[in-house]
Amino acid sequence: MNQPCFHCQLPVPDGQAFPIRYRQRTEQACCAGCQAVAQTIIDNGLGDYYQHRTDSQQKAEALPSELLQQIALYDSDKLQQSFVRHEDGEVREATLMLEGITCAACVWLNEQHVRQLPGVLSVDINYSSHRARVRWDNSQTRLSQILHAIAEIGYRAHPYDSARQEAAQQQERKQALTRLWVAGLSMMQVMMYAVPVYLAPEGDIEPQWLWILHWASFILTLPVIVYSAVPFYRATWRDLKTRRVGMDTPVTIGILTAFFASLWALLNKVEHGVFFDSVSMFIFLLLGGRYLESMARRKTGEATERLVKLVPAFVHQLDNWPHSHETREVAAANLEIGSRLLVKPGETIPCDGHILDGHSSVDESLLTGESTPIRKTSGDSVIAGSVNQASALVLQVTRTGSDTRLAGIVRLLDQAMADKPQLARLADRFAAWFVALLLLAAAGTYLGWSLLDGPQHALWITVAVLVVSCPCALSLATPAALTAATGHLAQIGVLITRGHALETLAKVSDVVFDKTGTLTHGRMQLLATHEAAHPEEIAAIALAAALEQSSEHPIARALSATAADSRLPGVAGLRNHPGQGVEGLINGQHWRLGRPDFVCSLSGHAEPPAMPATATVVALGDTRGIKAWFAIGDQLRDSAASVLAQLQAQGLRVHLLSGDAELAVATLAAELGITHYRAGATPEDKLTYVSQLQQGGARVLMLGDGVNDAPVLARADVSLAMGGGTDVARASGDMVLMGDDIAQLPKALQLARHTMQIIRQNLLWAAVYNLVALPLAIGGHVTPWLASLGMAASSLLVVSNALRLVKRSK
Amino acid sequence: MESLYLLIPFSILLVFVIGLLFWWSTRSGQFDDLEGPAHRILMDDDSPPHEDDAR
Repeated sequence: MNQPCFHCQLPVPDGQAFPIRYRQRTEQACCAGCQAVAQTIIDNGLGDYYQHRTDSQQKAEALPSELLQQIALYDSDKLQQSFVRHEDGEVREATLMLEGITCAACVWLNEQHVRQLPGVLSVDINYSSHRARVRWDNSQTRLSQILHAIAEIGYRAHPYDSARQEAAQQQERKQALTRLWVAGLSMMQVMMYAVPVYLAPEGDIEPQWLWILHWASFILTLPVIVYSAVPFYRATWRDLKTRRVGMDTPVTIGILTAFFASLWALLNKVEHGVFFDSVSMFIFLLLGGRYLESMARRKTGEATERLVKLVPAFVHQLDNWPHSHETREVAAANLEIGSRLLVKPGETIPCDGHILDGHSSVDESLLTGESTPIRKTSGDSVIAGSVNQASALVLQVTRTGSDTRLAGIVRLLDQAMADKPQLARLADRFAAWFVALLLLAAAGTYLGWSLLDGPQHALWITVAVLVVSCPCALSLATPAALTAATGHLAQIGVLITRGHALETLAKVSDVVFDKTGTLTHGRMQLLATHEAAHPEEIAAIALAAALEQSSEHPIARALSATAADSRLPGVAGLRNHPGQGVEGLINGQHWRLGRPDFVCSLSGHAEPPAMPATATVVALGDTRGIKAWFAIGDQLRDSAASVLAQLQAQGLRVHLLSGDAELAVATLAAELGITHYRAGATPEDKLTYVSQLQQGGARVLMLGDGVNDAPVLARADVSLAMGGGTDVARASGDMVLMGDDIAQLPKALQLARHTMQIIRQNLLWAAVYNLVALPLAIGGHVTPWLASLGMAASSLLVVSNALRLVKRSK
Repeated sequence: MESLYLLIPFSILLVFVIGLLFWWSTRSGQFDDLEGPAHRILMDDDSPPHEDDAR
């Protein structure tokens, strides 16, 4: 076994030497790129990085000249205007998105390295979002030098385009936090003034001190009323304008009534009429709950942002095509419809467009899930986010930026996330009725008590009614639990895109798997190799890959992928026999690779060894005999067996539907212990199968990834689309599995059930609380401060119950 | 008891000062990244570089 590369931990190839000196030892790097990066890091006195890092680096590549050219482009003011902020003089600030950050040591390394540049004023890298804020003096250094310095140590930095939107959100978040702080501080201090008044026996505190305490409470409550509570006023105002009552309406009425009534009591020296402590505590608890909710929501949203990053930042624009092939680097954001681009092999296509010249194969798997590259030639259209694989293409841009199909998918996801679950909608509707009823009850209480006991007493009872029965607990019950659960699921890689998904997931009784892509990886891989005794010394896999190097057949791709690290021998006279295999001359020997009978006709008869039943067997041989047998097939995911066992242990029936042949599916089903399966299923068959299950009273969870799965995904009660699947599948899935790791499925199911349980507990508590508290308050047995305590306690209970669903960090 | 005339206004003043302090710290980004600093403190910026590093 070779020792791993010092920098990236990949194995170091034989017979190559890229030594690095590190603390009196000589370490080996795997390539010149890693060597250069490691040397730069060590030479800058940042060698500590290798001690502190917890995760290995990505393989570094030597800086290509194009990258340097692109980096230099960032100095142009026109390009910078979208993401660079100018301060006084030559000071500038930009937000960069860093790629390649794997651990805290990376953050440290980047900060230290950039800070060493002359003219850089400050660097701050956010560990959780991987964004760097850099300030520099443009007269001393340039942005390109900063980007170059980052590239030098093996990372990539891109300008963060949506920085402006982010800034607005950041501003909002900061303001919400400040409002919370103000309310919290004021609440604590007002309590300090209020508690002695509550605890001391009647008349124990002399009136002069009593009124000083009340006045102090008033002064500290004032900022809460005029600053912290503003969001409630705004929401109420918005509701009023549309002639609705929201859950903020009674909050606003309660706050303002309690505050002005206390103020009136203060000015008229009415004892037991001052409740500033209730006002500030009420506002603080409500704001706290909302802040936590918004934090959880933001975490969920970050997952979609990563999809947007698929599109490259720069394109090679052809200004004078077809007269000249000279290209100019342009920012993808500034692309115009109709302009012509050159897309080199290996690059990601930056926009939707059609091909003007060239033919190549394009990998659209990120968008369609189809892993076999699709042949494209002039006139065909291509989509943003797909990868050009074979040769250069000239494109004409048809759609850019937010009009592309990729952007469409992202929007779809965003919109689905904003979709409210049925249960929450129900609670909201219910809360609106409840509020209307409540306002009536409060008005009735006021009238009744003022007739009985005079208006002064009536006011306090009305305030108590309003505060005690605020439907906060009721309206918080469902969203708090759902938000916490959605955030937890997003962290384990399950993205909820439809509101009802969690609810339905909890009730699932049957799980239906589509074979390719869910239980298996969905692409051909080398499963097993069996080498026969043979005089040839070159490794069998290298021979096979060499013979298949110009082929794009899935089997060829599986072989070349396995042989990616080895050096391939030269091949002469390569010939392809469609449906049979390939043949060619290596070192003068005549080799064949392909179907066993095709190879045996050259090498002489041989019995194939025992190979996995579902795999395609490929033989390799020359005139001296068979060299090796390869079994190539779609490999089962590592977690498949344990996931199925867990699902069955949870009492769920598991089904397998596949378009593959009977034998392959039966073998797989037997291997995994699945009793219900159907092979050779067309999309219609799948649909009927699921409908039949549903008619039998089953709640079906369907997992799928392909275009053919889209109808059945939509038909199932709840569906989970693989994140690497087709966009159609993702659009019809209620949930998307981002990491394609089905190991998360049992966890998700369990969490869904737990969530529903917590929602039921919450709703029950809110209902019981209101049923008990409201009559007491109407009867005049609850003072406003007690009311506010009860209300706050019930909201707090609901929120902390929901917080049990949040993922605990390790 | 007369000290209360001083102490109560003083406590109000104190709350405002603390409030300002929080306002400043939020504004200057103290709460932007709550995870990174915990790791950052483990890396010594000022430890003398190993002789070999600076080669």
